[in-house]
Amino acid sequence: MELLRTEGITKSFENRMILRNVSIHLEEGELISLLGLSGSGKSTLLNILSGLIRPDSGKVFLSGKDTTGQPGHISYMLQKDLMLEHKRVIDNVSLPLIIRGMKKEEARAKADPYFSAFDLEGTQMLYPAQLSGGMRQRAALLRTYLGSRGIILLDEPFSALDMITRSQLHDWYLDITDKMHLSTVLITHDVDEAILLSDRICLLTGVPGEIRHEIRVDVPRPERRDFSLRPDFMDYKRQIREILEESMKLSAEGRYGE
Amino acid sequence: MKERLESIRNKLLPAGTFCLIVLLWWAVSALGIIPGYMLPSPLDVVSALVRDFSNLMFHAWVSVREAIYGLLIGVLLAFGLACAMERFGMLEKAVLPLLVVTQTIPTIAIAPLLVLWMGFGAAPKITLVVVTTFFPVAVGLLDGFKSADPDAVALLRSMNATWWQIFRHVRFPSALPFFFSGLRISASYAVVGAVISEWLGGFEGLGVYMTRVRKAYAFDKMFAVILLIVIVSLLLMKLVNVIRSLSMPWLKYRSETAGGNGKGRIAK
Repeated sequence: MELLRTEGITKSFENRMILRNVSIHLEEGELISLLGLSGSGKSTLLNILSGLIRPDSGKVFLSGKDTTGQPGHISYMLQKDLMLEHKRVIDNVSLPLIIRGMKKEEARAKADPYFSAFDLEGTQMLYPAQLSGGMRQRAALLRTYLGSRGIILLDEPFSALDMITRSQLHDWYLDITDKMHLSTVLITHDVDEAILLSDRICLLTGVPGEIRHEIRVDVPRPERRDFSLRPDFMDYKRQIREILEESMKLSAEGRYGE
Repeated sequence: MKERLESIRNKLLPAGTFCLIVLLWWAVSALGIIPGYMLPSPLDVVSALVRDFSNLMFHAWVSVREAIYGLLIGVLLAFGLACAMERFGMLEKAVLPLLVVTQTIPTIAIAPLLVLWMGFGAAPKITLVVVTTFFPVAVGLLDGFKSADPDAVALLRSMNATWWQIFRHVRFPSALPFFFSGLRISASYAVVGAVISEWLGGFEGLGVYMTRVRKAYAFDKMFAVILLIVIVSLLLMKLVNVIRSLSMPWLKYRSETAGGNGKGRIAK
């Protein structure tokens, strides 16, 4: 079933076009990546998907319903975990429920059962400052999960972590995607991360950013753990690198849009 | 253990400096470098404090009461105005520059006016304390509201939070440390403000006591009352610190993970 679809998203800021005609779609249980270099309009797209800004033209549909420019439907998570230091972990995590008008105790009761699935059991009453970087990131993910109505939007969520923690979180995220049946849009500039996690990679290239290539990664999730060490991983990587280099050359020559 | 030693050392150092100064003071008056009627020795000051203790306590209580009432009213007003300025940007633009200008008016200059307008009772004293304590708290809060992480604000907006929800969950808690820094400054102004206004008219309070002993050239009592004002102000600041740690229990974990995204840590 299709959860999310955008049609022809175009956005300019101060006469500079940032995104042109971006159309993506996300099936239930799928993980897609929007892979782009810096300045390709990734953050703008994030803000449009989450409803914080309105595109100049184009629409966002959630389960077939037009939600363009309406916040409160899709929740996102950034590189910064944005844990509120003054709230206990459980209150941080249940914040989206409280924003929707739930009472504190009720929201806590609703959030509590998810702690074990997110490997956070026992941290409920701690303050964020007492957690490790990886745990904070997982807590932020749980908050995103509780705030989402089926879709999780990740913007470079793991890039501030060290290599070991990051790769542990990658494995963990693949597990939990299956376990909790998550549907994810991952925004990243990290080619390895995109190949490792995604079912499909949409390459956002050029100025203004456009999706000109889409690559399907046909590797089942249980096989992904060692995927990054396999030769077919390198093939995907080479293919993506060629596309990115070509697009950089084209935009340097100013030939995009011809 | 090491941290503990360090904290003991951090307390011992200023205490040592203090003792040295008192010792010097004592030496200067004991050796008669400055005559005793002009600079009483520290021992005389303490004995004056003890001899006149009940009288001093009566006046101190009057001043402290004025200081606390003034501080409370000042904080409430500052709180209300800072919130209103945060909510309505126009108000901030209209009022904040004026507030800054009022801070250049010396307290000592408006105190006699207040006495003329309001008489010799507690009202002008409390008003003066309000005027002096209001500004640090209002400006602290306003800066605090603005210190909120814009990404955290955007996250709440993406959850479709109202202005009030963003204020309650993000802006207000971010402002608390700023609020308490302002409040600590205000607390130290409060007692001094009350005393200054008592100089200019009234029947009771440490300021009144001060003018009386000055007229009697009782230098030891002058110093005793100064000492008392210092002690009372320190106690008030201490009280603010206690309230601060009680209302922000999460702060004690801050030092454990500096930064926030926990670089260099391994998950679990």
